[in-house]
Amino acid sequence: MNDIIKSIDLSEDSLFIGGVNLRSRLLVGTGKFSSHEIVPRVLEASCAQVITMALRRVDWKTPQENILNYLPQNTILLPNTSGARTADEAVRIARLAKAAGCGNWVKIEVVQDQRYLMPDNWETLLATEQLVKEGFVVLPYMSPDLGTAKRLQEAGAAAIMPLGSPIGSNRGLQTKELIRILIEEIPLPIIVDAGIGRPSEAAEAMEMGAAAVLVNTAIATACDPVLMAQAFRLAVMAGRLGYLAGPGDRRIEAAASSPLTGFLQEA
Amino acid sequence: MFYEQITKWQHRLPESSWASYSAADVERVLARETLRPQDLVVLLSPAALAYLEPMAKKAQAITLRNFGHTIGLFTPLYLANFCTNQCVYCSFHAGNEITRCKLTIDEVIKEGEAISSTGLQHLLLLTGESRTQSGPAYMEECVRALRPMFASLGLEVYPLSTEEYRRLFEAGIDSVTLFQETYDEITYAEVHPAGPKRDYHYRLEAPARACEAGISSVNIGALLGLSDWRRDAFYSALHADYLQRNFPGVEVSISVPRLRPYAGSFTSSAAPVTDEALVQIILAYRLFLPRVGLALSTRESPQMRENLLPLGITRLSAGSLTSVGGYSETDNVGSAQFEIADERSVPDVVQMIRAKGYLPAFCDWVNMREENAVGL
Repeated sequence: MNDIIKSIDLSEDSLFIGGVNLRSRLLVGTGKFSSHEIVPRVLEASCAQVITMALRRVDWKTPQENILNYLPQNTILLPNTSGARTADEAVRIARLAKAAGCGNWVKIEVVQDQRYLMPDNWETLLATEQLVKEGFVVLPYMSPDLGTAKRLQEAGAAAIMPLGSPIGSNRGLQTKELIRILIEEIPLPIIVDAGIGRPSEAAEAMEMGAAAVLVNTAIATACDPVLMAQAFRLAVMAGRLGYLAGPGDRRIEAAASSPLTGFLQEA
Repeated sequence: MFYEQITKWQHRLPESSWASYSAADVERVLARETLRPQDLVVLLSPAALAYLEPMAKKAQAITLRNFGHTIGLFTPLYLANFCTNQCVYCSFHAGNEITRCKLTIDEVIKEGEAISSTGLQHLLLLTGESRTQSGPAYMEECVRALRPMFASLGLEVYPLSTEEYRRLFEAGIDSVTLFQETYDEITYAEVHPAGPKRDYHYRLEAPARACEAGISSVNIGALLGLSDWRRDAFYSALHADYLQRNFPGVEVSISVPRLRPYAGSFTSSAAPVTDEALVQIILAYRLFLPRVGLALSTRESPQMRENLLPLGITRLSAGSLTSVGGYSETDNVGSAQFEIADERSVPDVVQMIRAKGYLPAFCDWVNMREENAVGL
């Protein structure tokens, strides 16, 4: 199988975000794992280049508890603003992350609903506008809504991160139709974030034309997170290849290989 | 007001109702995707005892999806034990002859430094109920002194007004813990014979006031064993549900404290909360409230804490003292509120959590008030 993977050349198909060409279209999160020690192994298996982590969970006081010390040097950090309930709080968390040396990428997460952890699109837009002005590469996590996505684009977001279903739910692409519209209409990378519970669902999102997917819970809570990270890596590649290959149309009926009106073309 | 919910349910929960459920009722509830209060009643009924294992499997899966393998750590710091109340189950009872004291701000800082040196970054501040000895102004001073040392500061004190909560929130309090002790009004009056705590309603609505004041996290619960535990567990979960629905931005958690030995002679007439009952309560909470935090204190033995951990617990206290002071080398140490059952040090608790396949989290909050809040 390794030979097949090696033979796949996606080098011309990089994803351009924030001035960086990303080879991997799988972004992963660092939350919910059973130990920090397993994280580097997961990252290696996933081949992810962009890693998200909640700033609230970064332990600056105790080096062995600090997740940043377990990430490879060349990782692009994507600190998220988990815990923010307003745009103002998200902006403050982003600034703290930058001041702490986490770079200038930020995933905006503004949640005012602790039952479903649904993002607040309005506050997310306000935070995006402010942080773009401050020079951040802003990736807003949002409920898939075309109007908001357009405004986020106008505000200068680097990508749009619609949810497939609520965070941690593993319920897959429940918002598929809404995400499809974003992919059609928004000229920014659409990264499906949250809800993807199976590698097949990641492949499905990529086949639809999503630019990338972000996966955390599905990997972190698998019985074998390293193996699952590999599975997601392959699923994302397969889905991307499927998208690039241009799948044929789906039909309800069989398409006759000998057309009934073929005689009209005959001389 | 949450009290309206209690009155609504009071007539629907007669003593006899618990025995009226069957195995089929439990199975129907377990097949549901989301649970209603009437389903919670079924899970707390004797019929559910035969289903603890499937409930545990479901609770564990829900907890993993929502919280991962993370266990948040916190520790209490008792600032003062002067108290005007006469809670019959508590060592701080105004009539008890115990060593009373209150930490000076210098001592508070020393205690804070000693706790911070263990790596813990979530601190819970406690006092007895004495507006003259440990009023909101004193708490505020303590909060300002401790704020730079911790990622998160919580408050577990007597119920305050919305304005007082707002001032303490602005001073640096992130979370408020307040146990109703019991939701049963008759028992409540019996076990709180004197003092301001007699006001059942002021206490009952305090968590909502804290939410209104901007506090981002509230922790509630009943002191299980004071009264009928099924009823108290039901109302605790209903209370958490009420807070979640009315204040969707607030992180709500429930603690599951059982009565512990203390300096006094009170014995509850209610049925004791057996280990089996405690397990049933935790599982019912988790299934009814998938996203609620569940906290377990050092009131439980090391062995019990280890066994309960995978059932849905998300926060553990560690290295706790229930005396005033005692973490640093200060001489000013007041009597303890209750005996703790898990006296292990922070590193020992951390090791236990790791051995169970979980990740201890010393830090799970960002103090958004200060520009240098990440401590660099």
